[in-house]
Amino acid sequence: MTINAASFRELRLDRLSRDFGSHNALKDVSLTIGKGEFIALLGPSGCGKSTTLNLIAGLLPATGGGIWLDDKRIDPLRPEERGFGMVFQNYALFPHMSVNRNIGFGLKMRGVPRAEIDRRVAEAAALVRLQGQTEKLPGQLSGGQQQRVAIARAIVVEPPLVLMDEPLSNLDAKLRLEMRAEIRRIHNTLGATTIYVTHDQEEALSLADRIVVLRDGVVRQVGTPEDLFSRPDHLDVAEFMGFRNKVKGQVASAAEGRATVAVGEAQIAGRTRNAVTAGAEAWLAIRPEDLHPVAAGQPGLTAQVVSTEFRGREFVGFARMADGTDLSFLAHDKLSPGETVTLAAEPDRVLVYGGAA
Amino acid sequence: MVKDTRISTKLWAAANWTLIGFFIVNLLAMIATVVTSSFATRWLGTWLPAGWTTRWYSAAWSEFQLHDVLLVTFQIVFLVVVLSGLIGVPAAYALARRDFPGKKLVMLLFLLPLLVPPITFGIPLATVLYQTGFAGQMSGVVLANLVPTVPFVILVMIPFIEQIDTKIEQAARVFGANTFKLFVHVLLPLLMPGILAALLLVLVRTLAMFELTFLTAGPTSQTLVVALYYAVFASGVRAVQSIDAMAVIYMVTTLIWLVIALRFVNPTQIVARAKK
Amino acid sequence: MSTDVSIPLKQRLAARGLDGLTLLVVPAVLFLLALFIYPFLYGLFLSFEPKQGGVFANYQRFFSDSFLYGTIGTTLWLALPVTIATLALAIPIAFRVRLMRNQRLLTTILVIPITLGTVLVAEGLLNYLGPQGWFNRTLMTLGLISSPVKLLHNYWGVMLSLVITGFPFTFLLTLSYLSGIDPALEQAGATLGAGPWERFKHILFPLLLPGLAITFCLSFVQAFSVFPSAVLLGAPAGPTRVISIAAYQAAFEEYDYSMASAVAMIMALVQLAIVVAVLAARGLLYRGPAGGGKG
Repeated sequence: MTINAASFRELRLDRLSRDFGSHNALKDVSLTIGKGEFIALLGPSGCGKSTTLNLIAGLLPATGGGIWLDDKRIDPLRPEERGFGMVFQNYALFPHMSVNRNIGFGLKMRGVPRAEIDRRVAEAAALVRLQGQTEKLPGQLSGGQQQRVAIARAIVVEPPLVLMDEPLSNLDAKLRLEMRAEIRRIHNTLGATTIYVTHDQEEALSLADRIVVLRDGVVRQVGTPEDLFSRPDHLDVAEFMGFRNKVKGQVASAAEGRATVAVGEAQIAGRTRNAVTAGAEAWLAIRPEDLHPVAAGQPGLTAQVVSTEFRGREFVGFARMADGTDLSFLAHDKLSPGETVTLAAEPDRVLVYGGAA
Repeated sequence: MVKDTRISTKLWAAANWTLIGFFIVNLLAMIATVVTSSFATRWLGTWLPAGWTTRWYSAAWSEFQLHDVLLVTFQIVFLVVVLSGLIGVPAAYALARRDFPGKKLVMLLFLLPLLVPPITFGIPLATVLYQTGFAGQMSGVVLANLVPTVPFVILVMIPFIEQIDTKIEQAARVFGANTFKLFVHVLLPLLMPGILAALLLVLVRTLAMFELTFLTAGPTSQTLVVALYYAVFASGVRAVQSIDAMAVIYMVTTLIWLVIALRFVNPTQIVARAKK
Repeated sequence: MSTDVSIPLKQRLAARGLDGLTLLVVPAVLFLLALFIYPFLYGLFLSFEPKQGGVFANYQRFFSDSFLYGTIGTTLWLALPVTIATLALAIPIAFRVRLMRNQRLLTTILVIPITLGTVLVAEGLLNYLGPQGWFNRTLMTLGLISSPVKLLHNYWGVMLSLVITGFPFTFLLTLSYLSGIDPALEQAGATLGAGPWERFKHILFPLLLPGLAITFCLSFVQAFSVFPSAVLLGAPAGPTRVISIAAYQAAFEEYDYSMASAVAMIMALVQLAIVVAVLAARGLLYRGPAGGGKG
């Protein structure tokens, strides 16, 4: 009872949960994915992103909730009945089969005639640029080539959904960039729907149409890469998206999405991301690349330089505030340890989150 | 491994090598005695026999009906090998891949027949097999021999299966293989080397299994090793050389399979199975 | 569109590790329950239903007849010295062999007597250890003895056959435990100034000890169940009338299955008692990993 790709409009996760004993790996995850979308599941290790993927693939039984493909509930189906394509983290190529047989495996299982298998395997091999390698065994291929086989194997069955579980994590930096572009190209060529699991923000930002940020088994935010990059909903998402400086203060004034926060003597202005009331505690989140030294006396955070590292065009500086908060920033000039600096950022680049962290 | 050049260490090493050398020389001499005797015309009170002959082999062949005995032996061994594979490999697969309540108890159940010596559980087992009418014929001998070989296959196969990445099976499932296709196209080819090794060891063990076969066999279901026991037990009736010829036939039969098995496994594996 | 999200029973069971795949273990479990556990229980009950007398008549008979209860002592008197001797030989030799690069030839030679089994070893020793055999001849030629030593149809014949099959078993098991100890631990000991003896005493031996306890149990149980060589090489009516002979005779010569079961149960109990004692002592030892930190 393989699912017909044509009938598919959307994939819906409805309050999907998974417990391992008393540990909640995934709690009430609800999400709707439209046909043709490229979705990245992003989060630190242990956040539940791989669990979500395995539940969709059917490799792990859910302990609560359901998965729907249009009007059909698919979570009781066995993985082989779902008809999805999947790229595994360590590729999981069949070591005893040639590249051709690996790619053609799914078609063979579906009882596709021999001649058509050959034709489609050749097509898929060409799409991932593996011509000439197809009689080799996986063990004779390089990491990048194995990756291409894994992708070809997943797409050759023309699945309604392609699942990718950290597919680039075993490649070196250069190949990773190359394959990232390949994955996006193949997705566009096929018009496939892809769910892509990663812990790498950069990868998610550059590949996905929408990103789902997970943390401790709960969805924290769903949005476009631009949304997530500049407007994270929560402090922890902001931190994960690169707002590495986290400074506690007290709200001096707040109005129309803007707020001024008192940190010690200084007053710092920024954009609010949630309900912020004057007088309450709040957190500032600032990217290191937006934080720069300014002349003493200007509004900013005062801190003592701990060290600076040369990064080609600029220096990355590390400083500590009087209350012990660590800050990272960018500077044009080298600073000596022990020096006192005032650090400031554009108000548009400072995010303000009310309430406790 | 730290190298040491002290005199005391060297003496100690020499003493150890002497011991192991002494053991091996005696072992090989014992085997050589049997082989020499089986080719001897007359061998009494001298280092070497008076003359050489092969007639004891034809004598043994007809006296001990070795044709029938070997036929029975191979039928029994074949059945034990096939059945222990069929029962043992799926069980090993389940145990390697799943954690379920009571798994420890099940593992203990599979460990016990390998730890308890055959003669100890063989007597109650033979009693039950006699009362149910299996003993005395080939089916009883096969059943009795399966008691240690099924757990043996399971315990040899579990680590072998565990080292195969579960992701490969998951991939097969995702790409549409049901349990049967998964088994035929992916698991069986990957497990073949392990199954082959386990079954070869079962073969060697069954050829050499004296106690269980002895306790459950009737006159027409004896294996070679049991026939050899009866021949030695009744020595004096037949010429010594004739019994020795039979012993050589037994040794060759067993050692050929041992040599084949050792191409696939390490000798220590043959005893180390019981290690937890 | 329904929003029913209740989870079917099948999925709930699967989450606990119970699914179709787990059922593959069932045939093997049933087989062993029927042919290993059931016969044992059957034998146990049968032993309390003697041909004549009360419930415990078999056991009373066993422990009042020296011809029967004496077999325990006879068997222990063979099995314990053999186990201790083979272990004492196996440990230093395993330490030596561990350093060899190519152990394969040696281990292959040693696995031969185990593979051939006790019947063939008995048959071989009948030739080899006889008064005219090569063993006595060599000793006489060397002038170590003046007349052949009697090594057959007595205690020594059985003892030697047990050593020939028992030593390789003990040795290979010890070697496999020893190979599991990370060599870096010994090197670390050496860099800290420990000599060969100290390294053995403080590092290797304590790590090996739990494995040795298992080896002892297995070797002992093997030796305790000696049967064919006690008949063929020993004096089965006298000094080597071991307990398995008593059980065999009860079953297949007197056809008293009830008595045979009783003897088998006693045999199992004595083995169990020794094994439990050794394992209890082992419980007092260090039993963690023998690797060097990285698991």
